[in-house]
Amino acid sequence: MGLKGIGASKGIAMAPVLLLKEEDIMISDYIVDNVDTEIQRFQEALEVSKVQLEKIKEMAEQKMGKEKAEIFAAHLLVLADPELVNTVENSIKSEKKNAELILDRTIKSFVQIFESMDNEYMRERAADIKDVGNRLLKNLLGIEMVNISQLDKEVIILAHDLAPSDTAQMDKEKVLGFVTDIGGRTSHTAIMARSLEIPAVVGLGTVTQTVQNGDFVIINGDTGDVLVNPSDEVINKYKEEQREYLEYRAKLMELKDKPTATKDGKHVELGANIGTPNDLKGVLNNGAEGIGLYRTEFLYMDRNSLPTEEEQFEAYKTVLEGMKGMPVVIRTLDIGGDKEIPYLNLPKEMNPFLGYRALRICLDKTDIFKTQLRALLRASVYGNLKIMYPMVSGITEVRQANAIMDEVRAELDAEGVAYGKDFEVGIMIEIPTAALTSDILAKEVDFFSIGTNDLIQYSTAVDRMNQNIAHLYTPYHPGVIRMIKMVIENGHKEGIWTGMCGEAAGELPLIPLLLGLGLDEFSMSATSVLPARELISSLTKEKTQEIVEHVMTLSTPEEVESYLKSVIE
Amino acid sequence: MTEMKLIVTNKTGLHARPAALLVQTASKFASEITISKGESDVNAKSIMGVMALGANEGTEVTIKASGADEKEALAAIKELFDNNFGE
Repeated sequence: MGLKGIGASKGIAMAPVLLLKEEDIMISDYIVDNVDTEIQRFQEALEVSKVQLEKIKEMAEQKMGKEKAEIFAAHLLVLADPELVNTVENSIKSEKKNAELILDRTIKSFVQIFESMDNEYMRERAADIKDVGNRLLKNLLGIEMVNISQLDKEVIILAHDLAPSDTAQMDKEKVLGFVTDIGGRTSHTAIMARSLEIPAVVGLGTVTQTVQNGDFVIINGDTGDVLVNPSDEVINKYKEEQREYLEYRAKLMELKDKPTATKDGKHVELGANIGTPNDLKGVLNNGAEGIGLYRTEFLYMDRNSLPTEEEQFEAYKTVLEGMKGMPVVIRTLDIGGDKEIPYLNLPKEMNPFLGYRALRICLDKTDIFKTQLRALLRASVYGNLKIMYPMVSGITEVRQANAIMDEVRAELDAEGVAYGKDFEVGIMIEIPTAALTSDILAKEVDFFSIGTNDLIQYSTAVDRMNQNIAHLYTPYHPGVIRMIKMVIENGHKEGIWTGMCGEAAGELPLIPLLLGLGLDEFSMSATSVLPARELISSLTKEKTQEIVEHVMTLSTPEEVESYLKSVIE
Repeated sequence: MTEMKLIVTNKTGLHARPAALLVQTASKFASEITISKGESDVNAKSIMGVMALGANEGTEVTIKASGADEKEALAAIKELFDNNFGE
């Protein structure tokens, strides 16, 4: 069986499938005849859970060390907790109801107690109790659980969608690739795959319903092909392609420490986009000349409380030092929309992408903004920092943000804390009015970085995660190209550099055009850097000018895309 | 029944590791053991109970043990407190 999806991360992988299905746990509510049997079911689930956790604890101790594995020791204590066990057993006896119902209710009440405590550490423990409760429930109901951080053989993961925490936990050595029902080239899953350098195919629709656990698949992250249970002949053909691909990557490695320049000597900078300090290795291995976007929201996600100034400071310092003086553009908090932060209790919105998010939250909840700015300023002495504000719609927001930055400077001065005195402060251009007033903005910022992902969404009014219309999302739209041209020209008029950190910067067909338009910096996923450098070294200024002139005569995204792709053949 | 008043002297209070150590130690004994802070009494063998007690540094708690090995239990627990729970 051959399926076609969207190639989201380069490379070929082949392995048996590990299917991740998030079962909704259905808790029934019924009267039990035999209370003793019911209590026994519960006891058995406790025992099974205990054995599972002990095994996980042991593996964790070996892989991550005793300290990191302690959390599982805590989970074991919860399982053994007489309060939990007695409450459940006594309630089963007195109410004569099924174990799942009583267990679910009991766990929820404990979780509530912890979630409502003043102490941040205690609130975090609620998550542990929930986790153990879930394990118990699943064992009671006979639902199989999959732990993707400890795998005993190589697999390709298949899921409806993958959360950032899934991809972060994945046992990279054993997970050879992934495949999802939904998503596109710029969805979170795709971005994570490229950062982990694992092949991925997304947007297959209903692959989780057609492919089964254990089926052998070959996936091609370039073409979007997924072959299920292929013949030996086909497997051998792919093994050959895999070998060729690895040879190609080895050849690219020769460009690793070379600067980025056209044949006739025009230099530009190639940077990488990162989410966490763990991505640094990939950045340096792939010969990037800087970090064009450090997405700081990972510091705020998948946790129960705000990251402290110290935590942030350590992360920023690590990255700045790791880049050894190469520029690092750090974007201030950019959440809302598809990245939720439950502990902030943000209001539910009809339209989160057009809502209270990113800089808007920071200009309102200034304590959160100041904490981040303090951490950034303190870290600035350790490297070449550039700070970038997201979601700017006009000059007023820039002035407000800069005023808060000045307050932070004054506070640090009063405390006698050192900070860098000449780091650049720039903005993302992702909202159409920012592009249209880039002439005004260029006067008061040190750089622009075009965020094509959101710029395209906002200006073509397309939600890239909506499978029905995702095909309308395109960086090749003449309207988008005109905005990019305008932004670069306005930036250069005021003598500031303009870069791009959206996924478009790494799209090979677009690079000659962007070069011709005058883009100074291209920031992309680390694995796209060397192919980009290779392409740029084959171009001349004259050729890129020709390309710009021709593109500006075209009317539709299809024409632009097909022309640009033919250029790089 | 024997009881003893002790003061929590380690920095993070009875959270995390100290709570786990206390529960593990208490669970070794057959006696019923409770730990109280002010008006709250919790079962010292319950991890959720001990953590929910929220006993910070400087808090005075009362340990009560009731059973055949109550004296040994209290002695073992006192030793934990005296050693700052190994911190």
